[in-house]
Amino acid sequence: MATVKVLEHFGIDHTFPAAQTCCGQPMANSGCMLEAKPLALRFVEIFKKYQYIVAPSGSCVAMVRNHYTSFFDKNDVEANEVRRRTYELSEFLTQVLKVDSFDGRFPHKVGMHQSCHGLRDLRLGPSSEVMTQRPETVTELLRNLDGISFSQLQRPDECCGFGGTFAVAEEAVSCMMGDDRINDHLNAGTEVLTAGDMSCLMHLEGLIKRQKHNIRVMHFAEILAESIK
Amino acid sequence: MSHPALAQIFVDDKPRAQWHDKALWFVRQKRDRMASGVPEWEDLRQHASEIKQHTMSLLPDYLEMFEKNATARGVKVHWAADAEEHNRIVTEILQQHQVKKLVKSKSMLTEECHLNPYLEKHGIEVVDTDLGEWIVQLRDEPPSHIVLPAIHLKKEDVGDTFHEHIGTEKGASDPKYLTEAARNTLRQRFCAADAGLTGVNFAIAETGGFVVCTNEGNADLGVSLPKLHIASMGIEKLLPRASDLAVFLRLLARSATGQPITTYSSHFHGPREGSELHVVLLDNGRSEILKSPEFRRSLSCIRCGACMNTCPVYRRSGGHSYESTVPGPIGSILTPLKDPEAHSSLPFACSLCGSCTDVCPVKIDLHHQLFAMRSFLDRKKLLGMPKKLSMKFASGLMSSKWVFSGAGKAARTALRWLPRFAVYNPLNPWGKQRDLPDAPKDSFRAQYAAYQKDQAEKKSRPSSGAGGPS
Amino acid sequence: MTQSSRQQILTRLRAALPESAALPNLPARGPWQTFDNPYDRFCEVLESVGGICFRVPTLVAANERLNQIAEWNEAKVRVSVVDGVGVPTVDLASIDDPHDLENVDFAVLSGHFAVAENGAIWVTDDTVKHRVLYFLPQRLAMVIPASEIVNNMHEAYGRIQIGDNVFGAFISGPSKTADIEQSLVIGAHGARALTVFAVESL
Repeated sequence: MATVKVLEHFGIDHTFPAAQTCCGQPMANSGCMLEAKPLALRFVEIFKKYQYIVAPSGSCVAMVRNHYTSFFDKNDVEANEVRRRTYELSEFLTQVLKVDSFDGRFPHKVGMHQSCHGLRDLRLGPSSEVMTQRPETVTELLRNLDGISFSQLQRPDECCGFGGTFAVAEEAVSCMMGDDRINDHLNAGTEVLTAGDMSCLMHLEGLIKRQKHNIRVMHFAEILAESIK
Repeated sequence: MSHPALAQIFVDDKPRAQWHDKALWFVRQKRDRMASGVPEWEDLRQHASEIKQHTMSLLPDYLEMFEKNATARGVKVHWAADAEEHNRIVTEILQQHQVKKLVKSKSMLTEECHLNPYLEKHGIEVVDTDLGEWIVQLRDEPPSHIVLPAIHLKKEDVGDTFHEHIGTEKGASDPKYLTEAARNTLRQRFCAADAGLTGVNFAIAETGGFVVCTNEGNADLGVSLPKLHIASMGIEKLLPRASDLAVFLRLLARSATGQPITTYSSHFHGPREGSELHVVLLDNGRSEILKSPEFRRSLSCIRCGACMNTCPVYRRSGGHSYESTVPGPIGSILTPLKDPEAHSSLPFACSLCGSCTDVCPVKIDLHHQLFAMRSFLDRKKLLGMPKKLSMKFASGLMSSKWVFSGAGKAARTALRWLPRFAVYNPLNPWGKQRDLPDAPKDSFRAQYAAYQKDQAEKKSRPSSGAGGPS
Repeated sequence: MTQSSRQQILTRLRAALPESAALPNLPARGPWQTFDNPYDRFCEVLESVGGICFRVPTLVAANERLNQIAEWNEAKVRVSVVDGVGVPTVDLASIDDPHDLENVDFAVLSGHFAVAENGAIWVTDDTVKHRVLYFLPQRLAMVIPASEIVNNMHEAYGRIQIGDNVFGAFISGPSKTADIEQSLVIGAHGARALTVFAVESL
């Protein structure tokens, strides 16, 4: 609902097509392309009539933009249009709506978690491996909020360890990766941990709650929504 | 055992796993520092990628060119279709020269072929002279990293091994002391060797020569004293021109270990006077990979190891958990291509974070290939029933809005009402170290529908003061 | 045997070829990193990899500097291929078997030019009778012309024909290893130390 609030703040006419279910990413990530295909076809069918398709999830958008090519003919106009018009939320706000600053108040120390799909598949920010400057879409939206400050992390863009079924199939490594991210944030004084992907946040929050750490986990849309009040 | 099982054991020794993770992260950071010091770094990667792709598109012609030019210089060129033939050729050459003692520098290809045990079976003593390789040879274990073979060992482990095999002081673990002991022992081996075997980092088609890169000088000592040098080379190691070496030598060491260049980059063009130089070209499945449009880019690999250093999974599970000559991201593509059944867990030992793709000096799209490997395994019916069935089930569930909503409602209700022990138990691997998210009362679609209804009602009432809480 | 494998491999490859891809044009002088002072950069990098460089006006000066090095003075078995720099104890012309060089403590050799970006020196086998001299002696000194420093590897390859020599190498500093718990140790199997004399007028 925070996404709804944010979009309305910019006067966007939005709708949630109730027929939607899933983009098919879990199946594709497991190698089950046959099982993912019907969901991809369904996605295109449901969303083809909209001008923009916005998701508060880098991984879903990466699936649609980068991997849907496997399910459609390369000249399929409908599919190509849907892919072109699908945006991650921070990408939509900064690159389509050209929002360069957000008026609001959020007096907390925020730890940015860089979700891998958004960062390395959609290039929504600079990845530490690549020697190319790039603006970082979520930070751009948050940085002018009144009272906000950002944590300095040891490893600004290491993966949280969710990785889809990886979280369960390689549980030991997945949780060690998550713990390492959380310790980085604890050492940096993070009060609120945020990211653009609910999967990362769910995984990290799961660890945080089990270990009873005092860090609040929020999707950046929730930060924006809360900051408006 | 599969990767997850071996990884679990590795992670269970938490202090050691953290030490291993930090050690490799440090190498990654050194790489970053070097890369940031070369303004044209990203251009170099692009050039390297294009040079390799061009070479692959004309590989047979370049191989023939290399063979012609090398032969004209007195090099004897051999062709091996598979590992067995490679080993046989090498052994025959050694036997023809009555070689009893062979010194070998680092060659992942010879690991791939399991050359050492083959030679030993034929009565030839072989010493791995790269310090890290020698350490694991003494310990009778495989290397755990293609560039840093002993990265999984602490200096105390090396101290124990040296005490046992070369009589260093018990308990001594100072790296300088141990390296000095290795230097003295291996120096004798170099001087007593009948032949030297090296790998090939890069071969040049237009000149018929090749380059071997080391920091220790062991390859050069190994081949500059005896009268026989054998070089084992994967057919994909070819470059067209000498000038291409500039790109690759600028990228290799910076990517691998964060150095501007290895101490020695030795160029060999023909045998030394009075000695012989043999090059063995190996296929062993490479031509098969070339056929595949999905995976052929993996043949560009220059075996730098950067993908391993950056991989958060490799760092926390160690090279041995892959049970593969080449571990890490690139190994998780190459090895299952060769033997999918034995290595089907490898493409899943990956969170698809994409860091590997971004450090690869030849811009192999590693994480996309790992993703593609998963459906490759599915087509070979190697996914395993539980995974396959659960995906079929989920797909079916999500094909209908009603079933999906219904399932969601059931799950949310269950999570709110079930006692803790019913949710968190060995049947729920997610729950071993993590809590599940708090289940909201209503699904998003229900909340959205309610919100829209609420907004519509507000609009239809005569306005009695705008605003109100949103 | 290997002939039929040769045919097999080439045939398999020809049946599998990817579509053609262009080879990039890589000139020696191109959009590559250069340095305001290549000599300084060379010294900086060489030092960071465990070597050291002295700039001297003449070979005589190089010889004087060499004689200040304790290890040279203490060396029992000495080699030099550079006339006027270092008095050797070994007559290289009389050595036919490279194994006989096992006990060389210190060798003075020559290099053709240096590369600023990585502290490397290009050496070839036509300046030494036995190329093992670049690796076997305990310590090395290398004499190079101070004027011959290139910026980067593209320029380096632009000025050599690698096929002209049976053996050539870029050597950057003394040998080293970090194979034991990532602890850097200078002096692995090759030279334990490398001193470079950059001579202004040879």
